[in-house]
Parts: sequence; structure tokens; C-alpha cells
Amino acid sequence: MKKGSAVKSRVWLSSPYIVWIIGFTVIPLGVIFKYALTGREGGFSLEYISAIFDPIHLKAMVFSLEIALGCTLFCILLSYPLVLALKHLNLGKQGFTMFILILPMWMNFILRILAWQMILSNNGILNLLLAKLGMEPLQLANTGAAIMIGVVYDYLPYMVLPIFNAVAEIDEDIIEAAKDLGANGFTVFRKIIFPLSVPGLLSGIVMVFVPSMTSFVISDILGGGKLQLIGNIIEQEFTKSANWNLGSGLSVSLMIFVLISMAFTTKNEVEGKGSAIW
Amino acid sequence: MVERLKNLCSRCYIGLIILFLYAPILVLVMLSFNNSRSRVTWGGFTFDWYQKLFSNGQIMEALVTTLTLAFTSALLATLIGVLGALGIHAMRQKNYQIVMIFTNIPLLNADIVTGIALMLWFVHFIPLGFGSVLLAHITFNIPYVILSVMPKIRQMNVSLYEAARDLGANALYAFFRVILPQLASGILAGFFMAFTMSMDDFVITYFTKGAGVNTLSTMIYGEIRKGIKPEMYALSTIIFVFVFLILLAANYWPQKRKSDGAHVVENL
Amino acid sequence: MKKRIAGVLLAGMLTGIMICTVGCGEKKAENGSLTVFNYGEYMDPDVLDQFTEETGIEIKYEEALTPEEMYTKYKSGAIEYDLLCSSDYMMQKLIEEGELQEIDAASMEYRENIGDKYWELATAFDPENRYTVPYFWGTLGILYDTTKVSKPVDSWEVLFSGEYAGDIIMQNSMRDTYMVALKYLGYSLNTGEEKELREAQELLLKQKPDVQAYLVDEARDEVVAGNAVMAVVYSGEAYLGNQYNEDLTYVIPKEGSNVWLDAWGISKNCKDPDAAQQFLDFLCREDIAAKNFEYIYYSTPNEAVIESLSEEEKSNEALVPAEDATENCEVCVQAEPEIHDLMNELWKKLKAD
Repeated sequence: MKKGSAVKSRVWLSSPYIVWIIGFTVIPLGVIFKYALTGREGGFSLEYISAIFDPIHLKAMVFSLEIALGCTLFCILLSYPLVLALKHLNLGKQGFTMFILILPMWMNFILRILAWQMILSNNGILNLLLAKLGMEPLQLANTGAAIMIGVVYDYLPYMVLPIFNAVAEIDEDIIEAAKDLGANGFTVFRKIIFPLSVPGLLSGIVMVFVPSMTSFVISDILGGGKLQLIGNIIEQEFTKSANWNLGSGLSVSLMIFVLISMAFTTKNEVEGKGSAIW
Repeated sequence: MVERLKNLCSRCYIGLIILFLYAPILVLVMLSFNNSRSRVTWGGFTFDWYQKLFSNGQIMEALVTTLTLAFTSALLATLIGVLGALGIHAMRQKNYQIVMIFTNIPLLNADIVTGIALMLWFVHFIPLGFGSVLLAHITFNIPYVILSVMPKIRQMNVSLYEAARDLGANALYAFFRVILPQLASGILAGFFMAFTMSMDDFVITYFTKGAGVNTLSTMIYGEIRKGIKPEMYALSTIIFVFVFLILLAANYWPQKRKSDGAHVVENL
Repeated sequence: MKKRIAGVLLAGMLTGIMICTVGCGEKKAENGSLTVFNYGEYMDPDVLDQFTEETGIEIKYEEALTPEEMYTKYKSGAIEYDLLCSSDYMMQKLIEEGELQEIDAASMEYRENIGDKYWELATAFDPENRYTVPYFWGTLGILYDTTKVSKPVDSWEVLFSGEYAGDIIMQNSMRDTYMVALKYLGYSLNTGEEKELREAQELLLKQKPDVQAYLVDEARDEVVAGNAVMAVVYSGEAYLGNQYNEDLTYVIPKEGSNVWLDAWGISKNCKDPDAAQQFLDFLCREDIAAKNFEYIYYSTPNEAVIESLSEEEKSNEALVPAEDATENCEVCVQAEPEIHDLMNELWKKLKAD
């Protein structure tokens, strides 16, 4: 990082922000920790932090992990062909990519997920179409598959955009040079496009993995209440069972888990993901 | 031949992804024309809900709250965030990392935890109401601004600023004329990111709002059990079409003007 | 590009916000205000406006989806609620915790509109009718599609026999789900016996693979759309479902069921009990109760409203349950803490299985 002396003096500009994070991030986090570390009888206890190892919670955690990993994988698999296709057709330049990916976000999230429920239900739109085509109906409603479709749908843009931005920055000349030297399409992808897209891929992974790990509204609506993610359990502890200590304990465990897994993927390089979206 | 096949495949694939992304939206648009209160029965085509929408005071009030909230919170978050990013960037490596970790926390935390943590904290000093939701939204919006602006700050050419100062510009003038233009795209990206996130947020709003404050999201949530009011589909469709037209205009229409503009500049 | 989007968006939004804020304006409170907490979509919004018009008292209205959610929000103290409406057992819990204040019956002009039968019903959770005023009531039963079953349904057994595997929707609420199993086994839904609860749990665990989903009021739509053959629903939902699909019918199984009653209470924190009582009285007034009835279509305890119904509506069991229909039914009361905790734990296990 290059820093002139004139630049150094601008540290003070961040003071409102520092005050803000102390007031509205650090302290509330402290409140959650306080609840998480308070036992049934009051007083300090690790009871609720370790509650994550309860078989019920562990099971939900494993299921969340499956959904999050599956979602991340599907998003990656769907994103690369899309990015390559967009690049191939030269559609990226006019903001087309951002356009098609951001626009759906302006329909309310809950409504969009409810619409998926109508598409996937037993007598839903998808099965209606399949019947018209003379195919067997699919039993998707209220299954893990429905949840998976929901999370992939919701988080796909967060994967496509950073990868797209990384790929768009690749110098066309490099690819041309490789082709001139006899590289085929696959080699170009393997040796040039993929390695250069890795930073985008990493921020994509963070932006997809984390929210799909902690979501609960999607699994609530598309899982039919039969399948529970850890997010659902946390939500119920707060809103239904009124056990704030347990809810906080599980949240803290989840947070620690997410932070550790992110440390592996990103090595502190989560920046730029916001701009990667726009 | 191979090239044409490749083109066809690319088009088909993009088409499929667009279908995947827009299928639910199509469903919602259809529902806004459905002449039945139930979402699962088709009662024929109607424009009724669009008419009823504007006479529905509750929905209109929620819309105003939602827009005011999104706009104010995005604006304030941008202000605090941009200044913050400029300052953080100038920090020593260690402080920089600590602050960035805390910046990422709202993004890495489950929404519900952020929402509840803020609620538990707010009750100590302010009554829940519009103000508390605003504070909460600013809080989760700032990281988006910082993360959009930071890469631009990194790429920023500091010597230009120093050159301006050397040539006699005062700090403020140099900031507005040299620094800000370099960051503009990042700042705007952050602002709209924040605006979009604020519009779409449900969980955090739900926990930090006071009685009588309703955004579109919390209103829709309250209607899930009894069935979403069709007016809501109509409103969503209107918002969607509105944003669609704006993005369309911004994407294609001024394209020509830009080249004209460049032309003008060249002629100067 | 981004700049252009931004410019246009910004201008558009600013004008939008300005038009809206100017258009809508601010409501002024003349005679104080009341903060009212109710279930979602459980009151005609016009009723609130009309109350403000008539009395000058402004209403701040807040909604929750479940009694538990309501309790959590109320107890957190984040908002000072004056009036709240919740279900029987939750009202009992609030009464027992001293969260409600007594209602001055004499001050209520239209209290008489609520039938004696319902005051009687309310004694299950409010023994002397001192703290609550009944709002809506109903039963829990099975809503099913007559064209898709082999014979008419009259017992909870159809849910457990496996005949309709994959086509059943259960309630996504702890008390209601255990009620079904307990009643089928012939126990009280307010059982205090651990053994009986565990038996119910076994039955429900065995049933889970056959259950398509655990839903709340959305269950109605699923049966209407034909996504499921039958669902455990509240009677009011059954009436609405029938409006959209004539093949649907509602039955209270012969083993008995739960009769529920939602009621209003005034919070102990209420600064203006007179205004709050005025509001409750207003809700009992015939025209207002009728308005709410037509908005919600749940069974009303307001006899003045019932009398004004058409013959067809009166004969609809889901709307006006017959005198003997609720014979085997019990009101759900707050469980003992140990039983409540056990049920919580079992429910969590059931859902996670």
C-alpha cells in the first residue's frame, strides 16, 4: 500500500464510522455474547455455547452445511458457463449482466420464494407443464431439493457477478495469443480464464456460502416445516421458545464456525465483493 | 459452423438462466392480474388490484416508509462509509485489519442475530420506532458501501491529489475535484447496493421496528398466513416495471448521448 | 453507465418520495394513542380508522404471527403495548404472570353482545372473566377434498393410517400437533402425564414420513389447490377454503378436538385504561364486529352478528358450529412448566427428525 504523508493525516475521517461500529456492531455483539454465556441459573456458563453439540442441533448444522456447500457448488457450476456464454456473445459490455441479475432483487424476497413454492408444489406450475409434455410429475415440494432450488435461485447473482467482473477484466489479447499458439477452448479456460477468475470466485463463495448457511426464511417456506436448518432453530429459540440464551449460544457457535471456514477460503480477502456486484 | 453452434449454445444457456431467474417473477406478475383473492385459483383477468392498490392507505403508507427508509439509510450509510473507508485505508496495517474484521461481521452474521442483538441493545436507550429501524439499516448498509469503495481507494492515484495540492488547491477543493471523481463509481455502487439491501430486508426490520411502523417486507410477512393481498402483487409488479424501465433507459438510451458527449469533448 | 443509472434512479426516487410524503401527510393524535398488538390480518383496517375518527384516539397497530412470537415481543419490553389479542393459553400465561389489568365490565356498553356461552368458554383461562374479552373462536379439525377420499372422514385415524401418505398437512404449531395425537389416543390435550406425551410423540414420529408439510394457515391453500388431500386447520380457514373449492368439507373428528378462543386483554403497562376499554367496547359493537367478521370469516362470539347472518351462513358448520359439535372439545390451557419444557423438547426432536 502506497501512502503519502498527506494521506496518513486522513485517518480522522473514519472517526464517525469507528464510533458507529462500536455503538452498533461491537456492543450488540457483546450483548449476544452475554446471553450466550449465561447459564440456565444465571451466572457464567458454557452450557449454551456447547449446546451446538446436542444431536438435534448438530443434525441441523450438518444439514445447513450440506445445503450451503451444495448451493455454493451449484452456483459455481451454473456461473462459469453463463460467464463464458456472456463473454462469447459479447453481452457483458452494456451492463447486460448486471441488468438481468439485479433486476429480480427488486421484487420482494418473500414474494419470490412464495412464487417458487407455487411453481414446485405437487399440482404446481412445473408439474402442470411436465404433464402437458407427457412426463411424470416431480415430487419437489417440501423436500431438500426444493430448498436447494430456492437458495441457488436467491444467491446465484452473488456468484455470477464477481466471477463475471473478474473474467471481463481479462485482456482479450492474452486469449488471442494463446489461441494463436494452438491452445484449444478448454486449455484457454483451464490455463487463463479460470486462474484469473479466482479472486472473483473467492468472493462469490463467501457471498453465497455464508447467507445460505444462515438462512431460515427459504427453508421455512420451501421445506414445509419438515426440514430444519440451524437458522430455523435459532429463529425458533428467539421467537417461539423464548429461550434467548440458547438462541444466542447457537448464534455464537454458528458465527465462529462461519468465521473459521471463511478464514480458510479467503485469507482476509473478502473486500471488493460489494463492488463486484455492481 | 462451429462458431454458429457455439453461439446457439450460448444463447440457449443464457435463455435458460434467465428463465430460472424470472420464472417466479412471471408468476407474481400473473397473480397481480388474477381476479381471485386466493393465490391458488385463477379467477380470470382483472386490473382491479391496480385500482384498489392506490386507495389502500396501509400499503401506500408502507411503501412511503420503505422508500424513505431505504433512501435515508443508504444516503447516511454512504456518507459515513465513504469517509470511513478513506480513513481506514490510511490506517496502519494492524488497525486496518481489526476494523475490517468488524466491518465484515454484519455480513457474516445471520440476519436474525444482528436483528435481535440490535433490538436488545436499542431498548436500553431509544423507544423502538422508525428511528431504531433507520439506525439498524444504516448499520447493515455501511459494510456494503465500504466494500464497494475500498477497491477504488486502493486503485486511486494519490499523486494526482498531491499534485493538486502542490499546485495550490486547498484540501477540500482537491478532495472534491480529484479524489471524489475517482471514487464516484464505487460510491454509487455502494449507495445502490445499500438501497437495494434496505428495500429487501425483512428480518432486521422486523425485530427493530416499533408498533405502527410497517415496511412492505414486514407487511407481506404478516400476510403470509392468511394469504398475500393481491394488491401487494400489483405493487410489486409496478415497482419491478419501474426499475426495469429505468435500468433499460440507463443502459441503452443514453448510450448514444455518451458518444455524442465524447465527441463534444474531443471538439473542445 | 453506473452514473447514468444512478442519476436517473436518484431523480426518480426523490420525486417519488416527495410526492408520497406530501400526499399522505401526517396523522395527528387528538386524544392520545393506543398501541394495539394483534395477529396478522386479524382485523379489518377500516375498523381502526373508524375508531380514530369516532374517538380521536390514534391507534398504533402491530402484528405477530404466533402467540409465542407475540409473547417474546411483548416480554422483551421493546414496545409498550396497551392492548393485545392472543390465544387462550397465552392469555392465561399473561394473566398468571400479572401482565394484564382488570377490565371494568360495567363501563362496557356492548359487552352483552358476546354470548354467555363464550364467556363460559373463556373461564377455562380467565376464571372470572375479569381480564379478557372474547374476540373470535373456532375449532380445529380436518379440511379434506371429498372427491379424493374413499369414504367420508370422521376420525383422526385417517392421518395416522398411512392411507393418504404424502397427502396430509399437519399444523406447524406445537400445541395443535400434539393435540391431534393426544386426542386420537384418547387422552386430554392438556395432559400432565409424561407417558401420554411420549406415546403421542411416538405416533407423530411414525407419522412424519407420511406428512407432506407442517404448515399454518397456508395449509388451506394447499388443499384448495389440490396439492394435498387433507389438512389439519382452524375452522375459519375451512370456511374460506370452501369458498374457493366446493369439494372441500370440514369435520371435527369424533374423538374430539380443541376449541380455541382468541381474546383481548389490557396490558398492565397501559397508561390509559379508559381508552383501552373504549376500544374493546368498540370491537363488541354490532356493526364493528360484523365488519371484522366479514373480513376474517372466523366464528364470532358476538350474538348480535350471528343473528344478522343469512340462513346459509348460519348453517355452515365451519362458521357457526352446531351446539353439540364442540361437545368433545377442550380448551387449551397453559401447561405446567415441566410438561411445557418436555413438549418443547419433543417438538424440536419431531421437527428435526
